[in-house]
Amino acid sequence: MSTPTTTSSAATAASTPSFGLGIGRSLKLGFSRITLEVRSYFRQGDSVFFTFLFPVVMLTIFAVAFSEQNFGTEEEPLTAAAFYLPGMIAAGLLLSGLQNMAIDIAMERSDGTLKRLAGTPLPVMSYFIGKIGQVFVTGVLQAALVILVASVAFDVELPSEPSKWVTFAWVFVLGVTTSAVLGIALSGLPRSGKSATAVVIPVALVLQFISGVYLGFSMLPEWLQNFASIFPLKWMAQGMREVFLPASFEVMEQSESWNLPGVAIATGLWLVIGLIMTRITFRWIRKDS
Amino acid sequence: MNTTAPVVQVENLRKTYGSFAAVDSVSFEIQRGETFALLGPNGAGKSTTIEILEGYRDRTGGSVSVLGVDPGKGGLAWKARLGIVLQSSGESGNVSVREQLTHFAGYYPHPRDVDEVVASVGLEEKAGTLIRKLSGGQRRRVDVALGIIGSPELLFLDEPTTGFDPEARQQFWQLIRSLKADGTTILLTTHYLDEAAQLGDRAGVIAGGKMIDIGAIDEIGGQEARTPRVRWRDANGKHEERTHAPGAVVASLMAAGAEPTGLEIVRPSLEDIYLQLVSDHAHAREVENAR
Repeated sequence: MSTPTTTSSAATAASTPSFGLGIGRSLKLGFSRITLEVRSYFRQGDSVFFTFLFPVVMLTIFAVAFSEQNFGTEEEPLTAAAFYLPGMIAAGLLLSGLQNMAIDIAMERSDGTLKRLAGTPLPVMSYFIGKIGQVFVTGVLQAALVILVASVAFDVELPSEPSKWVTFAWVFVLGVTTSAVLGIALSGLPRSGKSATAVVIPVALVLQFISGVYLGFSMLPEWLQNFASIFPLKWMAQGMREVFLPASFEVMEQSESWNLPGVAIATGLWLVIGLIMTRITFRWIRKDS
Repeated sequence: MNTTAPVVQVENLRKTYGSFAAVDSVSFEIQRGETFALLGPNGAGKSTTIEILEGYRDRTGGSVSVLGVDPGKGGLAWKARLGIVLQSSGESGNVSVREQLTHFAGYYPHPRDVDEVVASVGLEEKAGTLIRKLSGGQRRRVDVALGIIGSPELLFLDEPTTGFDPEARQQFWQLIRSLKADGTTILLTTHYLDEAAQLGDRAGVIAGGKMIDIGAIDEIGGQEARTPRVRWRDANGKHEERTHAPGAVVASLMAAGAEPTGLEIVRPSLEDIYLQLVSDHAHAREVENAR
């Protein structure tokens, strides 16, 4: 055990509190957090399976189970893989964002990670950048994997028009951000890390069933469609359907339209709600617990 | 900045939960460069006190200043001057020791060299290992390394050596001595009284939320508690005599005749004095409650 030689003595540190406390430092540390978070994410076996690979596993199951069925019309046939692709991408947004964040942060709160960070000069903003960045990176890889598997393994024809991919890009970015922010907001709900999975997974699962991920949205009764329309997942899935399904499917949507402005407004509204909730409720630690 | 001002100043600190006072009018000061040991039984209020100083808990009353700042209002620049080693940690630890330290070093304006810190806690061989794969004692050393990576002016050590083997504890003491030599101010809580005696300049003993004694390590408990004891055995059994002149007692034993068996002259250790203080306090409380 050797003696650590201080590069600068404690006394100089005292007299020069001149290190940047501004936005530049928050961003720099935020990017440093993203690297750490992504590394940590992929080294955690259960999160890789339950959130990262889940959509591709489900897509494979549906594609194989319903391989004999036509989800389109006589003139315009559609395979199960093509039918489920947009839903699985939307589910990935929800899992990587909301479910993963809410459980992850609740765990970090109860295992002492947040308490340790609270005692360091890490800005809260950098922590959030790290989390949202991690969701973004894993979400992109996840969507790429789902699309790749759909295209290569199940011959799903991908859209060729650039405008479709522009829609994909904005729905994806808006959706993944909203989902991550809502996850952060939701992380304060479970009282302990252990109860986090029990609280969060049912919420995510119910949302997936009523939002057109596993069940065709047009199959649901109108009142349930209206109820699901309150939540953002329905809108993300709808946006993804516009990108990946044939134009003839548009009439099956609520109001017989893809309603992309509606997708932007509803998802954006939830983003704002999530940001406000996070601002009000997020604490490094529960004081005096 | 006034360098002669105490680094930590606590006056009449009070923390209540409902009608229960976890900390009750505790006062003490820690000077720059000093190592102060806060001692006391479990549940005495040590951790509550230290967590108030670290900014983790709000206080009910009294005034507290840490590096000239009220910890309840301490910002990032203030936190950059502190090093905190919490009592326990159970993080998932999916990053390696070096990754974690390199990352945390980035939070501070004047970090120590990562490899030097790794070496100073004796984890050179584990630097590339994921933290979750380390033993409890090794993880504790990572906690300590994270506490000192930012070259703190003030270091909080809350039971730092729990789970260390004796050799690791010796190495840890050596590390703390080198930090002291660099001028780091240290607030230490520990259950190991030999640790407090080895490292501390002054100590405070907390029991039942109150500071029952405070003073230099070699003065705490008062002179009377330090009276040496002479022990020996003879045909009549065991004897013990408390005396300020142990040499004279031994001489008189020798003068009386045969060499006594099992002769010892013992000065009470900090542990003996501490246990006496705590039990006296508990006894006084019982008497008070009985009234």
